[in-house]
Amino acid sequence: MTIDKGISAAGSRTGASPPGADGGAGSTPTDGSTPTDGSTPTDGSTPTDGARGPASPVDFRLNAASGVPTYLQLVQQVEHGLRLGYLQPGDQLPKVRDVVASLAINPNTVLKAYRELETKGLATGRPGQGTFIQATLSQVALPELTGLRHSLLGWLATADTAGLDEDGIVALFTSALREFGGFRGVAPPGQQGRERREGSDDRRAAASGETEGVA
Amino acid sequence: MNVIEASGLGKRYGSTWALRECTLAIPDGHVVALVGPNGVGKTTLLNLAVGLTAPTVGTVTVLGGTLAGSAAALDGIAFVAQDTPLYKYLSVADMLHLTGNLNRRFDQGYAKARLGELGIPLTRKAGKLSGGQQAQLALTLALGRRPRLLVLDEPMASLDPLARHDFMATVMTAVADDGVSVVLSSHVLAELERVADYFVLLSRGRVQVAGEVDDLLASHRVLTGPAAEADSCAERLCVVHARRGEALAHLLVRTNGSTDPVPPGWESHPVSLEELTLAYLREPGAASLPGPVRAGALPLETGEPTEVSQ
Repeated sequence: MTIDKGISAAGSRTGASPPGADGGAGSTPTDGSTPTDGSTPTDGSTPTDGARGPASPVDFRLNAASGVPTYLQLVQQVEHGLRLGYLQPGDQLPKVRDVVASLAINPNTVLKAYRELETKGLATGRPGQGTFIQATLSQVALPELTGLRHSLLGWLATADTAGLDEDGIVALFTSALREFGGFRGVAPPGQQGRERREGSDDRRAAASGETEGVA
Repeated sequence: MNVIEASGLGKRYGSTWALRECTLAIPDGHVVALVGPNGVGKTTLLNLAVGLTAPTVGTVTVLGGTLAGSAAALDGIAFVAQDTPLYKYLSVADMLHLTGNLNRRFDQGYAKARLGELGIPLTRKAGKLSGGQQAQLALTLALGRRPRLLVLDEPMASLDPLARHDFMATVMTAVADDGVSVVLSSHVLAELERVADYFVLLSRGRVQVAGEVDDLLASHRVLTGPAAEADSCAERLCVVHARRGEALAHLLVRTNGSTDPVPPGWESHPVSLEELTLAYLREPGAASLPGPVRAGALPLETGEPTEVSQ
């Protein structure tokens, strides 16, 4: 018993000391590799949250109440970052393991999100390095946007004359948009980068944004 | 390969059947959520799979056909029971030492590194650790055995939200690092939705729903529309569960993967795993399984009026 305790106590000191000091004797491949790789800028993200910033400009968060599937939330956050210019081509997305460790989600979910981004042509995987932003989200050309806005305002005026209030307009728009999405089915993702099959939240936001602009 | 496979499995304690006629196959490479009402036999099934008890009838094999409870099976499986059992009066270091000596394979370095990351002192008695730390210690001991299959029975039942998050983060990191398959039972459906990619719903000892979570969610919709049309609508669709008030009806339907048309005047919404589970739990006769599917629309359930719109 005494001997056991002696060994255990020695072991405990080794284990409890900082990773750099334990001389590799007790360190496993898992633990040992992390601090060693930490010298490279890409992997420095592992030990602390604070160090994650420079490695990847994205820090995912999840909204459990949104009803949007987890992988889609990750995809949308990247798209959002692209649209607002936080993300640029060449930026690295967080490593799968880091996302898994910080959000406690299934690694397959993260992989699925990254695959989706790759399918959309927004990101690309570099073997052994990670996933990197490849493209920006191209906005619809400005003249086209003005025209669309103009015709939408015309429609809104018609709806207003017909007696629809703002909530009614949003409900109708959302429903029509959903129907439209249903007709179009699964669009080729590469070309339809800005459209999402399940992104009803975003559509609602877009719809309410437009109506507010009018009201 | 299937990590757990049961055929006609049953377990009787005295005159009571804890599990009966259970036939299922759980594929590897997944984080599997095992869900079912209280007393349906989830714990019994897991105990049989890890070899803690022997079946009364039927067989259960693990890790691709290895008989549950055999030495080869035990080496590949780690199990954390409901109450995360530890020797309360042993120090953390002694628990590691003991586990190392009781198993043919145990990675002391990994276990110590994990506990170090978690800030769990090796000198403290296991019984003096917080609930979350005890769960993490039990999990570390399990993962230190470097299993191919990790079985967790209600692992987070007694943990606070932060401890739950940290616990699942540890499990998910092990999945990412080592590709370990995980089977976990839990009542907290919202929690499972984030982690599980395969779903098994046990009901009356048999499998009522099984499949990949994404497939299940993609093949079920909630249709909302006028209650007056609900019956005619239900005739043409595979309705799992229906709720209706005087004006509005909600039908949870299975769409069999194809893009079936939404009836005019009806709205189609995606379902959450929780909604799906509740619907099936309320309709023990309905089933959704890969392969031969027991289909057939169910009669509408009246009563339980939902809110009447406008």
